[in-house]
Amino acid sequence: MKLEIGNIIINDIQFAEVSEISNGVLRVNDSEIKELILKDECFKDVTVEIARPGESVRITPVKDVIEPRVKVEGNGGIFPGVLSKVDQVGSGRTHVLKGAAVVTAGQIVGFQEGIIDMCGVGAEYTPFSKLNNLVVVLEPVDGLTPYEYEEACRMAGLKVAEHLGKLAIDVQPDEVETYETKNFAEQSAEYPELPKVGYVYMLQTQGLLHDTYVYGVDAKQIIPTILYPTEIMDAAIISGNCVSACDKNTTYHHQNNPIIKNLYAQHGKEINFVGVIITNENVYLADKERSSNMTAKLAAFLGLDGAVISQEGFGNPDTDLIMNCKKIEAEGIKTVIVTDEYAGQDGTSQSLADADVAANAVVTGGNANMTVVLPPMDRVIGTLDFADKIAGAWAGSLKEDGSIEAEIQVITGATNELGFNKMSAKTY
Amino acid sequence: MRIITNNPMVNKNYSTDFNVEYFEVGYVDTLRRVRDYIHMNYKLLTHPLSGSVKPDETPYKSVMIEECKEFDYDSLVMIEEAIQRAEFMIKDSKKREYTEKLMTDFQYIDKSLIDSALESHKMFGNNR
Repeated sequence: MKLEIGNIIINDIQFAEVSEISNGVLRVNDSEIKELILKDECFKDVTVEIARPGESVRITPVKDVIEPRVKVEGNGGIFPGVLSKVDQVGSGRTHVLKGAAVVTAGQIVGFQEGIIDMCGVGAEYTPFSKLNNLVVVLEPVDGLTPYEYEEACRMAGLKVAEHLGKLAIDVQPDEVETYETKNFAEQSAEYPELPKVGYVYMLQTQGLLHDTYVYGVDAKQIIPTILYPTEIMDAAIISGNCVSACDKNTTYHHQNNPIIKNLYAQHGKEINFVGVIITNENVYLADKERSSNMTAKLAAFLGLDGAVISQEGFGNPDTDLIMNCKKIEAEGIKTVIVTDEYAGQDGTSQSLADADVAANAVVTGGNANMTVVLPPMDRVIGTLDFADKIAGAWAGSLKEDGSIEAEIQVITGATNELGFNKMSAKTY
Repeated sequence: MRIITNNPMVNKNYSTDFNVEYFEVGYVDTLRRVRDYIHMNYKLLTHPLSGSVKPDETPYKSVMIEECKEFDYDSLVMIEEAIQRAEFMIKDSKKREYTEKLMTDFQYIDKSLIDSALESHKMFGNNR
């Protein structure tokens, strides 16, 4: 399966009469966006705003971030099984509005949505401060349950991203990247001298509001399976996760998974990257056993020499992570796990809720308990109503001048467990 | 199957159809009640730290357990580790003040985890 990613570099975003992309500028008619969103009867109002890199803007509470993409050649469409038919994606050509994103904001569960600062110290902790963001603040009608609100927000973000993505159909990309994974037999034979490496992609699936969807299916209900890495670039995996701002994977993270990108970068050089095993993180212990058994079996079935395992979330997913690690290692396959830490504000406490000697190669996305003071911003998109209630803040976190003293877990993507940030810690 | 909880929403929604033991105690004490049951030959059906909401953030916890013929050592290890972890996180955290709406949200999240576990439990039936 071969996919060309055509990046159209977006340097600015502006409101305009006509939505279009020209000379690196994304122009958006905000009335179109409002109309698109308000077709859904779940919303009584929507505010559409722009946030650019370096501006004195704070966006909160952030639900999801999505990169606009469109399929221009090949099978299927973006967000298969959700907005497009359930066709198999991952081949042909996809255009990407690189440097732009849709950010959805809303108070689904008041304590969990995160913060994106577009400048200052907070901006350093989130990759989304570097993007030209179209922010939609979604106001629900009265009486909507959190489940209904989450689903409506999820769909609204995807629809806006699809709408903007379609503007790129006829635009000439600034750069084209090519990714290819062959069928298993051919891929294995291609670099026989190199170690075969797979990626075990753990998806958060603990129940409503902690969900991830694969081709439209709630991943809670899957048994682990194999995907071509390029399917994920075509948004076969989307986020429905509202919990834990710093280490949940937004849809943008899934679309741009840096582990996949870096495994491809070493493909044919140091490793033979043969594919992705997706698995889930359910609350029910028998589910955890079944999924980790299946994951280890698939890793062995593929004849892997090594596997990278990434986690999403904290607490009981640590158990899934360690179960996967132990069982895959027991098959004689070397593993590296990617996680983050809750090691206390001074960073000296045990980082994970579970551990094992087999987990002897660990990459960390940083300590979510580390504190930071976010300076006041000139403009707030959304509301600061929850600034001292969200996870990682405390009574008094929000100061009179609008600054916020809190743990970095309040920042969307700060300790992302795909490594989509700059923080880490090294010991040898 | 039995649900041990300090979440009034779980108690209200499930006490008619399931065996729910509701205690008006804190997060860690709820886990201790679960531990007591494990010593009486019950085993864990759900992970005691389910949910990405941290023990020092949410006051609510519900855990699903089941009576078995023998003592389940794995469940004991898991609950002891969870208690230790929760105690540490609560000790280390700063004070939070929550509105009624937020307390309801916390109850909702905790209940959604039990909803999810119940779905799995129904699928597994008696073949665990």
